[in-house]
Amino acid sequence: MLTRTRFLRTAIRSSRFNTSLVLVLLVLGFAILGPLLTGHDPNAVVGGMNASPAAHPPLGTDNFGRDELTLLMYGTRNSLEIGAIAGLAAVLLGVLVGTVAGFYAGMVEEALMGVTNVLITIPAIVVLILLSVALGSRSAVTMGLIIGVTSWPWTARAVAAQTSSLRTREHIDIARLSGSSGFGIIVRDVIPYILSYLGMAFTLQLATAVLTEAALSLLGLGPTNTISLGILLQWSLLWEAVRQGVWWTFIPPTFFLSVVSFGLLLLNSSLDEIYNPRLQGGGGSCD
Amino acid sequence: MSPTFRRYILTKLAWYLVALLAAVTLNFFLPRLVPGNPVDALMARFLQGGAGASASKTYQAFITQFHLDRPLWGQFLAYLVNIFRGDLGQSFSLFPARVTTLIGQAVPWTIALQLPAILLGWILGNLLGALAAYKRGAFDRNLFVTALALSSIPYYALAIVLLYVLAVAIPVFPSAGGYSFGTFPQLSWSFFLDALHHYLLPFLSLLVIAIGGQAVGMRSMAIYELGSDYVNYATSLGVSDRRVLGYVFRNAMLPQITGLALSLGTLVGGALITEIVFSYPGVGTLLFNAINANDYPLIQGVTLIIIVAVLLANFLVDLAYGAIDPRIRAARSGER
Repeated sequence: MLTRTRFLRTAIRSSRFNTSLVLVLLVLGFAILGPLLTGHDPNAVVGGMNASPAAHPPLGTDNFGRDELTLLMYGTRNSLEIGAIAGLAAVLLGVLVGTVAGFYAGMVEEALMGVTNVLITIPAIVVLILLSVALGSRSAVTMGLIIGVTSWPWTARAVAAQTSSLRTREHIDIARLSGSSGFGIIVRDVIPYILSYLGMAFTLQLATAVLTEAALSLLGLGPTNTISLGILLQWSLLWEAVRQGVWWTFIPPTFFLSVVSFGLLLLNSSLDEIYNPRLQGGGGSCD
Repeated sequence: MSPTFRRYILTKLAWYLVALLAAVTLNFFLPRLVPGNPVDALMARFLQGGAGASASKTYQAFITQFHLDRPLWGQFLAYLVNIFRGDLGQSFSLFPARVTTLIGQAVPWTIALQLPAILLGWILGNLLGALAAYKRGAFDRNLFVTALALSSIPYYALAIVLLYVLAVAIPVFPSAGGYSFGTFPQLSWSFFLDALHHYLLPFLSLLVIAIGGQAVGMRSMAIYELGSDYVNYATSLGVSDRRVLGYVFRNAMLPQITGLALSLGTLVGGALITEIVFSYPGVGTLLFNAINANDYPLIQGVTLIIIVAVLLANFLVDLAYGAIDPRIRAARSGER
C-alpha cells in the first residue's frame, strides 16, 4: 500500500493525473457553483426563442427562450448527481457481492459468481430500457438507482478476485484466530485493502453512468421533469435544433458529456498507474 | 474434435442457454413487475374508449396475442413458445404489422452501417496502435491522446458534431434519413448513389470512434509485449526487428480478436443513438419510435434481438478462444 505522502509525490509528477484532476474539478465547480451564482430558475424565460449567444444570455436561449447557460449548469449538476448515485449503488452492491463471494469461497462463491456472470453477459442497456419503460415516471434518484443496479457486476467480479487473493493473507488468519466473525473480517481486514481499487471503480462507474443516462434520455427514457445533459440533447434533437443550426443548444451538452467522460476515464487510468504500475488494465473495464 | 474440446463447447452452450433464458425471462417480467405497465395501460385505454366495433376487435387481438386471459405464468409460457416459433407478435403503433417484419426491415440498414465500421475500424485501429507502440515519440503521444479522447467520448457525440458541421453548416451531406425523401429502396444505380450519400456521414462517425477504441487497446498490448522477456531475449540473440515484430503482433492480437468479436456483438445495439441522430432507418430509430409510441411488443422485440446478438458474439468469442488457445481450453473445461 502507498503511504499518503508517496501517493501525493507520484501524483503530482504525473501530468495525466493533473490534467484529469483539473478537468474533473472544473466541471464539478461549474455544476455545483454555477446554479448558486446565477440565482435564477433554469426554466425561467429570459429572451426570445432560439436567440443566439450574445452579451446577455452568453450561451443564447433554447426553443422556449430559456437561458442555455443556466440549463447547462443544472443539467451538468443533475447528470453528475445521477452518475454519483449510480456509481455509489454499483460500488456498494459490487463490494457486497464481491467480498462475500471472494471471502467465503466454495458454494457461495460459485452461486454468486454464476449470477454475476449471467448478468454481465446480458447487455445492461436492454435491462435499462425495459426497466425505464416499466417505470412511467423516473426521478433523478430513480434513474441513478436503476443505472446502479444494472452496472455492479463488473465491480463485483473484480472485487471477488481481489478478495480471494487476500483471503490467504496472514492478517486475515490472525483475525480469524482471534474470533472475528466473517462480516467483521470483511469490514475491518478486507475492505481497507481494496479501498484504492474502489475509488477507481467509482470513477469508472460514474463516467459510464453519466453516459448511460444521456443514452437513455436520447432514446426517450430519461428522467422526467429533470434537466440533465442527456435531456438537453434530447430536446435539441426533438426541436430539430441541429438541422436549424442552433448549435448553442447541442454543442455545449455534447462537449460537457465528452469532458466528463474523458476527464474521469483519464483520472481512472492515471490512478491505476500510480497505485499499481504493473497492473495492466485494472480488471475494471466497464464497456 | 477432441472429447475435451467437445465438452468445452457443450458446457459453453449450456451456459449461454441459461443466460438466454435469464434474459428472456427479464424481457418478459421486468415491464410487467410494475403496476400500470404499458399493456395494462393500453387495455385500460381500450376499455375506457367504449367498445366500438374496430376497437373491440383490436382489443380481442391483444387479448389473444398476449394471452391476457391466462395467469402471468401462462402468459410467460405462451411467450416462450411464440419466441421459439419465431413469432414476436404484432406492433401496437403500426398494427397489424408483425414485429418480425418491422425488425427485418430495419436490421439490414443497421448492419450495413455497423459491420463495415466495426471491421474497418478494427483493422485500421490495430495497425495504428501497433505502429504507435513501435515508433513511440511524438507520433505515439499525439495518436494516443487522440485515440484515448475518441474512445472515451460518447459515440454519438461525434455523430452530432459531424451532422452539424458537414450537413448543416457546410451542407455537403444530407441531414436525415437513409435515402432521399420521395424515393423508394430499389435496385438502381441512382438509388445506390443516393443511399451512399446518406450513408457516409453516420458511417464515418462510427468508423472514427471504432478506430480510436481499437488503437488504444492494441497500443497498450503491443507496448506490454515489446517489453517482455521473449522480446529482449530474441533481440539479444540478434533476431531481426521484422521477425520480432511479427511475434509481438501475433501475441498482441489475441486479446484484440476478443475485442473484435465483442464489438460484433454490438452490431445491432451499438449504434442506436447514431441512427436516431441521423434519422437513419435502422433498429435505433425503430426502437426510438416504439418507445415514443409505447409500442410494447416492438420494444420487446428489439431488446430480444439485441440480447441474441450479444450472446451469440460472446459464444463465438469463447469458441474461438477455445480453438486458438489450448491452455484456456484445458483450464476452463471444468469451469461454470
